Amino acid sequence: MTVIEGNNISFTEKLKGTSLPIQQEDLATALETLAVTSMPTTRVEAWKYTRLTKIGKVNFTNEEVAVNSIDNYRICASEITLVFVNGHYSEVLSSRQLPEGVNVELISKSTHQLEKTSVKLEGEIFNATNTAFLNDGVIIRIAANAVIEQPIQIVHILKGDYVISNFKTIILAEKFSKAEIVQGFFTEGGSANFCNSISEINVAENAHLTINKIQYESEESFHISTEEVQQATDSNFKINTFTLNGGLVRNNLHINVNGKNCESHLNGAYLLKNKQHVDNHSVVDHKVPNCESHELYKGVIDDSATAVFNGKVYVRPDAQKINAFQSNANVLLSDNATINSKPELEIYADDVKCSHGSTTGQLDEEAVFYLRARGLSEKSARQLVVSAFIGEVIEKVENEEVVTFINKKLKERFDWNFD
Amino acid sequence: MIKIINLHASVEGKEILKGLTLTVNPGEVHAIMGPNGAGKSTLASVLAGREEFEVTQGSVTFEGKDLLEMETEDRAREGVFLAFQYPVEIPGVSNVNFLKTAINEIREHKGEDPISAKDFMAMVREKSALVELDSKLASRSVNEGFSGGEKKRNEIFQMAMLNPKLSILDETDSGLDIDALRIVANGVNKLKTPNNATIIITHYQRLLDYIVPDFVHVLYDGKIVKTGPKELALELEEKGYDWIKEELAL
Repeated sequence: MTVIEGNNISFTEKLKGTSLPIQQEDLATALETLAVTSMPTTRVEAWKYTRLTKIGKVNFTNEEVAVNSIDNYRICASEITLVFVNGHYSEVLSSRQLPEGVNVELISKSTHQLEKTSVKLEGEIFNATNTAFLNDGVIIRIAANAVIEQPIQIVHILKGDYVISNFKTIILAEKFSKAEIVQGFFTEGGSANFCNSISEINVAENAHLTINKIQYESEESFHISTEEVQQATDSNFKINTFTLNGGLVRNNLHINVNGKNCESHLNGAYLLKNKQHVDNHSVVDHKVPNCESHELYKGVIDDSATAVFNGKVYVRPDAQKINAFQSNANVLLSDNATINSKPELEIYADDVKCSHGSTTGQLDEEAVFYLRARGLSEKSARQLVVSAFIGEVIEKVENEEVVTFINKKLKERFDWNFD
Repeated sequence: MIKIINLHASVEGKEILKGLTLTVNPGEVHAIMGPNGAGKSTLASVLAGREEFEVTQGSVTFEGKDLLEMETEDRAREGVFLAFQYPVEIPGVSNVNFLKTAINEIREHKGEDPISAKDFMAMVREKSALVELDSKLASRSVNEGFSGGEKKRNEIFQMAMLNPKLSILDETDSGLDIDALRIVANGVNKLKTPNNATIIITHYQRLLDYIVPDFVHVLYDGKIVKTGPKELALELEEKGYDWIKEELAL
């Protein structure tokens, strides 16, 4: 039992400190952070619209359990499928027929120390928790020049009550490689469980990497993910985030564009009902010239659910000839639904093309009436207008299996037929 | 086909229709003309089932059924079609996809099987040719980026696809140049059968050169104040609506 004193947090009290080979320096910083940092309140800018009280009240545990099947959680039929239950690798449910050019290593089985983390630990309570109590992680290396046809699928399942999974994914896309990662986050029963996930992603020179991330956890669960991305010269990185269910979800996406002539694509769709809360925070940091980034996030919010969008684009001094576009659009389906949208641009260079925008509205009732006047039921008409709205994001996904899975889950959760 | 008796309707508490009576039989074309604010579009909206309009008195019977009791979609399924004065743009919703859904929901309503993909596409080709609508436009997002004329042609294309019993054309001619007007009118004429009927709501006589009405009604201050043969439209065009006002001492 690890007891942390000197702060107001107790949610890690029942957890065992990590035994994985992480850097001593990182561990020390993480423990120090946990010792002196309190749970952020809404007075902290980064958490202004997301209340963490509920997480702070739970005494989380972690144990290795089994699930019977991944039929409900399989997004695509890839032969490279890695399944983790409560953050522990499931040999039985996984399939590791690795093609040439893909190397997969579990941190728990690793013989050498992890490199120093690229995520910020100081003052970051969830990153520090992830580090200090890391359950396991996976290092995926795409070899230089390798073009991997099949998507690499990583399925995370939380099972049980009050379970926390502290997991780390390290993706190294080496020079001139091309690959797609499909990540799924699910829960199987249980309540008040917490997926605390960190991904450190390195896209090397001229590499192409796509991540399709699907979140479909229960309304009683918590999820905080951080993706820290480094892009080298001429690289192309694309991430599509679909939040289809979840109680309290926070996605921190941080893209460091370190090399010239890069392309970054960030797309996201969130569909909420009941009392869900989904918060997408993104940062695109253009540090060098001649790059472009495209960001499109769209949300449909019903009942008394709340969504947050905070997208920041930095264009650093001398990062000329940057094209950066950011757009967030929301449809509120009920009077009690809320969106806090904050698009931000900070530009310190003078020869750039940047735009950002945010729109929020209700469903276009004129369009609904028009469709009904042609014989569509009110339900079909609304569905069609919603699907057209969110379809713009779904269209960004090239993998048809992923699209089919998203449509299936939308049908399951909202009874919407999108295909 | 449709019997409107003493229809009173108001919007936001203001009475617009003040006792309108009109009967349309199969095979007939009726033109309803009138100055701005007479209640022409209100009539179209009430018949289509817009919720902002409250019917305070009167009845509308369509093929023996109480039309006012039906939801908008059920009116469409029973065979009432409204060509919108301002067709709505719906980005992301494909014209043909939504028409296929509409046709199938109408067929389901009638207890028929869904249309086959092959028959549907053949129908799209045939009907889009009728209004000279580029088949590319037919499959694009509903009205998005369409010119004014294309939007109105798309309305008639949809009408052709849905094959209604009663079509109500709400100011379909406004804003059209003469070529587009001719195409739209041609489409309507070709769709005319002894079993269906058309109500043309218009401000101008021009459209009636191309679609010849059996009856012309003058709508003024929420009521039909005069009914005549097609020549009445010409007279109205020439003398203006003030003439009616004076003649009837309104």
